[in-house]
Amino acid sequence: MKSRSLLVWALALAPIPVFFWALQVGAFPVSLGDLGWVLFGGSQATGTQLQAIVWQVRLPRLVLAFFIGLALSLAGATLQAVFRNPLVDAYILGISAGAAFGCALSVAFFPSLPIQVGAFLFSLMAAFLTFSLARTQGEMPTLSLILAGVVVSAFFTAMVSLIKFLVDPHKLASIVFWLMGSLSLANWQAVAKAAPWILLGAVPLWLGRWRLNALSLGETEAQSLGMEVGRERGLFLLAAALAVAGAVSVTGIIGWVGLMIPHIVRMLVGPDHRRVIPLSMTLGAAFLMFSDTLARASVAGEIPVGIITTVCGAPFFVYLLKRGGQESWKL
Amino acid sequence: MTVAVEGLSIRLNGQQVLDRVGFTARAGVVTVLLGPNGSGKTTLFFCLSGLLKSCQGSIFLDGRPLRHLSRRELARLVATVPQEHHPAFPYTVRDMILLGRLPRVEFWSQPKAWDHEVVENILELLHLRPFRDKPYTRLSGGERQLVLIGRCLAQEPRILLLDEPTSHLDISNQAIVLNLIRNLARQKNLTVLLTLHDPNLALLFADEAVLLAKGRVAAQGPPAEVITPDTIGQLYGLKMGLMTNGTRRLLYPQL
Repeated sequence: MKSRSLLVWALALAPIPVFFWALQVGAFPVSLGDLGWVLFGGSQATGTQLQAIVWQVRLPRLVLAFFIGLALSLAGATLQAVFRNPLVDAYILGISAGAAFGCALSVAFFPSLPIQVGAFLFSLMAAFLTFSLARTQGEMPTLSLILAGVVVSAFFTAMVSLIKFLVDPHKLASIVFWLMGSLSLANWQAVAKAAPWILLGAVPLWLGRWRLNALSLGETEAQSLGMEVGRERGLFLLAAALAVAGAVSVTGIIGWVGLMIPHIVRMLVGPDHRRVIPLSMTLGAAFLMFSDTLARASVAGEIPVGIITTVCGAPFFVYLLKRGGQESWKL
Repeated sequence: MTVAVEGLSIRLNGQQVLDRVGFTARAGVVTVLLGPNGSGKTTLFFCLSGLLKSCQGSIFLDGRPLRHLSRRELARLVATVPQEHHPAFPYTVRDMILLGRLPRVEFWSQPKAWDHEVVENILELLHLRPFRDKPYTRLSGGERQLVLIGRCLAQEPRILLLDEPTSHLDISNQAIVLNLIRNLARQKNLTVLLTLHDPNLALLFADEAVLLAKGRVAAQGPPAEVITPDTIGQLYGLKMGLMTNGTRRLLYPQL
């Protein structure tokens, strides 16, 4: 029990060391001492090149990575409970693709609207679409769930391609660049756009985290425990869609974070969502900050962070499937 | 709390599953529902736990119509032990039982010290303390049944519904579970309704029996009167024999 609570604290505080490490590394290394001076030194530090790099380049990008990682991982943990299946996340269920379509539609045809609105509407639509496609007589077998995700994802991806085909080349460039799944465009405006949506989604999920345990037992059991299943499940899906929409609208699709992180958390601290939800948030944030720092600092140019998360995540998915054996493919 | 069922009917997929079912179950008493597969026992339980809203007729809990209660109110009065199930995540025994507190914890709140205390008392009562931190999925059938009963007790209900609580259990676990259920009915003055497959278990453990045939109540009364070679023979379409040993009675099929 002692080592368990130590682990909980380690996971909860994981973003802090990553944060200070990530601020130091890059094309222009900053020592820890300089960092302290820039961050906490007050007015003497203003105007220096160091200050610009830390405050205008690295810090917003890191804060954005924090929120995006938190959102994706939180949405993954929630969706796994709602769909009663540890093999899903926003990416696999097609919710990210839905959000991406909403964004592309918004950029191409409704430039006056904030793109988060479109992202949210279509991520929500994708969530409910996948849900109703996968559900047969109150059951959600893994195979039909993943197939439903593939179908919904393929549909919205095709719609994005259609928009790319129709839109004028000037807008096309911005859509393509944004869809790559990268944080290289990060600045404080992007943080200000994404964070409110993510926080709005996170609050109900944080508060209702214990109820996810009941929901994950299945419809009839949750009902007999006094839960208004339809209403609460809708609320949880809506909150997850809000977080995903906020994330996708500024960085495009970054896959696999939401699958991998809640799993690692569950392996370390057990399946109780009272712990899984908060720790998925912190570990997801730490993981994306770490991956993004690798993405920008490991090579001279820059790798889209989506590549790094997928390279980690895809083998992890295979490992989970193999470990689950027959169980994972319950037909 | 008295459960009164009056004229309960339901059609599912064009079939009359329940046909004007009526009976009463009293507090502190174990009432057993007997009937062949497809006689409507499980459907009746779904109506009683409020999961099936489309039943006609009425169910009264101490005179209050069940349909007027919200899900949350209902879950504070009626607890159900479901048939065998496989949770997607390996929650610990303690976390499983704690979920019984769901209808008693405010909507956006977490279980408090008091709720944990209730759970500890139940662990003690059911001798589940050694399994406290074990994953529910790794327990044997009998232990799982106890945990599910524990979860029901955490709801602090007045009515306990158990759908075939003994179907996957060996004979010693059957005796443990049924004894426990009977003691709980007595001590906590619970209204207990359960379905069983075995008429002999009903003879041993029940205070009251309701026979269900093709969606209708065939008989209700004390087990010794209701469960006879004739009635059971008719219910299951078998020729039954009877053995007696003092006051003990045992039915067996004559093949």
